[in-house]
Amino acid sequence: MNAPQDKASFKPAYDVVGTRPVRPDGVEKVTGKAIYGTDHVAAGMLHGAILRSPHPHARIRSIDTRKAEALPGVKAVVTGADFPSLASLEVSLGEGSGNIAAISRNCMAHEKVLYDGHAVAAVAATSAVIAEEAAALIEVEYEVLPHVLTIDEALAPGAPVLHEDMFTKGLPEKPAEPSNAALCFTVGRGEPDAAIAAAHTVVSGRYSALAVHQGYIEPHACVASYNADGQVQVWASSQGAFMIRTLCASILGISQADIRVTPLEIGGGFGGKTKVYLEPVAIVLSRKSGRPVRLAMSRADVFRASGPAPGVVADITVGADADGTITGVVMEFKMLSGANPGNDTHSGAMSALAHYNVANCRVTGWDVLCNTAATAAYRAPGAPQTIFPVECCIDEIAQKLGLDPIDIRLKNAARPGDVGIMGMPAGEIGYAECLEAAKAHPHYSAPLGPNQGRGIAGGTWGNYGGPSTATVNLGEDGSVLVTTGSPDIGGSRAAMAMMAAETLEIAYEQVRVTIADTSSIGFSMLTGGSRTTFATGKAVILACEEIIATLRARAAVMWSIDVSQTEWRGGAVHCLSGDKAGTSLTMGQIAAKAGFSGGPIAAEVALNAQGFLPGFGVHICDTEVDPETGHVSVTRYTVVQDVGTAIHPDYVEGQMQGGAAQGIGWALNEGYVYDKAGRMDNPGFLDYRMPVCSDLPMIDTVMVEKPNPAHPFGVKGVGEVPIVPPLGAVANAVSRAIGLRVHDLPLTPDRVYAAMQGKS
Amino acid sequence: MGKMMISATINGDAQQFLCDPAATLLDALRDELGLTGSKEGCGSGDCGACTVVLDGQMVCSCLVLAAEAEGRKIATIEGVAEGSELHPVQRKFLEKGALQCGFCTPGFIVASKALLDHNPDPSEHEVRYWLAGNLCRCTGYDKIVRAVLDAAAELRQETTTQRVSA
Repeated sequence: MNAPQDKASFKPAYDVVGTRPVRPDGVEKVTGKAIYGTDHVAAGMLHGAILRSPHPHARIRSIDTRKAEALPGVKAVVTGADFPSLASLEVSLGEGSGNIAAISRNCMAHEKVLYDGHAVAAVAATSAVIAEEAAALIEVEYEVLPHVLTIDEALAPGAPVLHEDMFTKGLPEKPAEPSNAALCFTVGRGEPDAAIAAAHTVVSGRYSALAVHQGYIEPHACVASYNADGQVQVWASSQGAFMIRTLCASILGISQADIRVTPLEIGGGFGGKTKVYLEPVAIVLSRKSGRPVRLAMSRADVFRASGPAPGVVADITVGADADGTITGVVMEFKMLSGANPGNDTHSGAMSALAHYNVANCRVTGWDVLCNTAATAAYRAPGAPQTIFPVECCIDEIAQKLGLDPIDIRLKNAARPGDVGIMGMPAGEIGYAECLEAAKAHPHYSAPLGPNQGRGIAGGTWGNYGGPSTATVNLGEDGSVLVTTGSPDIGGSRAAMAMMAAETLEIAYEQVRVTIADTSSIGFSMLTGGSRTTFATGKAVILACEEIIATLRARAAVMWSIDVSQTEWRGGAVHCLSGDKAGTSLTMGQIAAKAGFSGGPIAAEVALNAQGFLPGFGVHICDTEVDPETGHVSVTRYTVVQDVGTAIHPDYVEGQMQGGAAQGIGWALNEGYVYDKAGRMDNPGFLDYRMPVCSDLPMIDTVMVEKPNPAHPFGVKGVGEVPIVPPLGAVANAVSRAIGLRVHDLPLTPDRVYAAMQGKS
Repeated sequence: MGKMMISATINGDAQQFLCDPAATLLDALRDELGLTGSKEGCGSGDCGACTVVLDGQMVCSCLVLAAEAEGRKIATIEGVAEGSELHPVQRKFLEKGALQCGFCTPGFIVASKALLDHNPDPSEHEVRYWLAGNLCRCTGYDKIVRAVLDAAAELRQETTTQRVSA
């Protein structure tokens, strides 16, 4: 909306798609009526509290809960002993897989605590105050073990090992000893070492970024109610009610049909609400107490015990010809995944060079464990960490060769038909178009002031499709009810209603969307991987097409003609032959008499959406560095992205702007800091400094709409790509502002100032 | 110590509620009065999701004791709309797509209305610094700032019209 663009150049064919109506859940959210995680109340509900480990690594010798149980008002106390002891079992969870035993032990420690903040016991009581008091009365005897916090510590010979049964996967031979390296994964092609040796220009470096939190403003919260017959209800804010059902059922040995999970409004997730932390514990507390139980995290709990994205250290060497053609890349990176094996190593390795055509490359990723919270997905998980070093190196090559930073990227950009690293040709991807649009944007040629620098970076994310279910029901008045099982994390209800209205050729306001509980709709994978508008949207569109077919058939019955003599146009069935030729029946007219023509009008589509395409972005960032303090300000920022067709442009732009802001935070301010005892030093918003309104300029957006041929309206995923380029864009801007490269994020004032002073 | 009985004016209505002496105003609003529009994002005054107006002063209700509300006037998100008529700030948040998850939105709307009550014609810079105590992780703030500036423009126009007609 705030970028120069030719509206007439795209989506000429649509009436609803591409417009900007008010979202259907909007009024509830601006009036305070919407019910989020901690807003739900169940009758007779107890309040829970969780006792968390103060040690980063310790064996639990004993837990004495007697004093807590004796406190008046306490109705249940649980520990790891109340959870089934599970054999190792991998389950598919959407954005990666997970080991059920590890997930269970992350919700409630069994034998060992693995990080500061690891849950060791929980209480349910008649008030939150009593629950907290009781939790403090639980006596845990720990055998404190040595801990590791960094990659170097975790991989040092003789380092304390978190999991005695963990042997590095992905190596030619199983190692003789367990270690903290969970996985080694290599992807590549060609002869990268020879190509680099023969290159005209070579740059290399070691880059790093700290672990950062997803930073959703709503802490994790849920209510669970276990009934005497074994049926369970859970109300929770998450990215996937079905994910909660799957995991709780597996962890606790309950039939999935006995767990009904109702999705509450979600106050942000960004990947961090794709796991369970509280729900299994609340169910066990409810089972023991016989009452519904609410559990909610404090902000400190959120930081200490939920989701950061892994920190990274990456060594990279890039070789190029004199004309800027990248001839070879070798990168080895290590992701610091926290207490359990992470999911970012594969995706990081696969993403690192996915936006370029590199004939010779080798990318090796290591998944390294340490005594910090088990990491979770964060918006394009793994890609920001591995694309950051690549984008910095390309910038350095451009500077060495005297090339424009967009031109060098255009020279190497992946284009449709190019064969990717996995041997598959690329589809209708739009990276080159993004680079062209960035080059044409007035921002790119605007003059810079003193102490300012301009950085460019590109990035990509693979996006996803996957399983989704949608139902469409007609009211007796012909109004349309769409139901899905995909939590709406940023406006997808509006997108579903718009795609339904476009398909049915009716007004947006005639369609209402509900996100149902797990017992009221078939399975959908969680909201993640930028899949919902693509995959669940496809299910909605196909269900609407079934509704059209049904309406035509019903009209044919009412007119006593063959269905081939009907036509769907403008939200009505038109009669093409017989004595009613030229007349039409509206949805309302058919629905009102549905009882006479075959019963209620409904459609359900369950599918596994194929044909998703990756998204690409190019960011332009201007920074100004204060020479006296090293403080970096972002003075101008532009996001260009291949979004496929933008269903609701406001929410597409919002994704681009929000992702950019998170990436800017990662680049400049954010990071997990631990003290020597292994306790998080900054578990609050005061010390963990996310960007605030006064830190940022307006974030300009350019939507490059290159439709996806595999989606009826051309949708690609849009949510994750925009967090990928900012790390490189900010770092490149600062390097051009101060004339030297700082390789380690975040670019805090002390770090930048020290670099400017020539210190290391 | 037992619970305290507090009398306060909440969104224009005289209300009484019981509270623990250690309870925050946010706890009392949410748990005793059922006004769950004010959110707890941090409990330490850093995120602004619990923003309310106390006797004309914008505060984080997580940093105010419930007992301090005795005899005072409190305005929350639930009182911003006039019946079913949205306040221009609320309407502009919807029209401009200024919310995604919506969890920070009540705090932003209360804070933005407080700004415009004080300053009907703020610059972008003033909006950004006034709202610097409200964290939003979804939007990057761009559309929020535009919504507030648009609401200010609309409110100024309305005030002018009223002045002319009066």
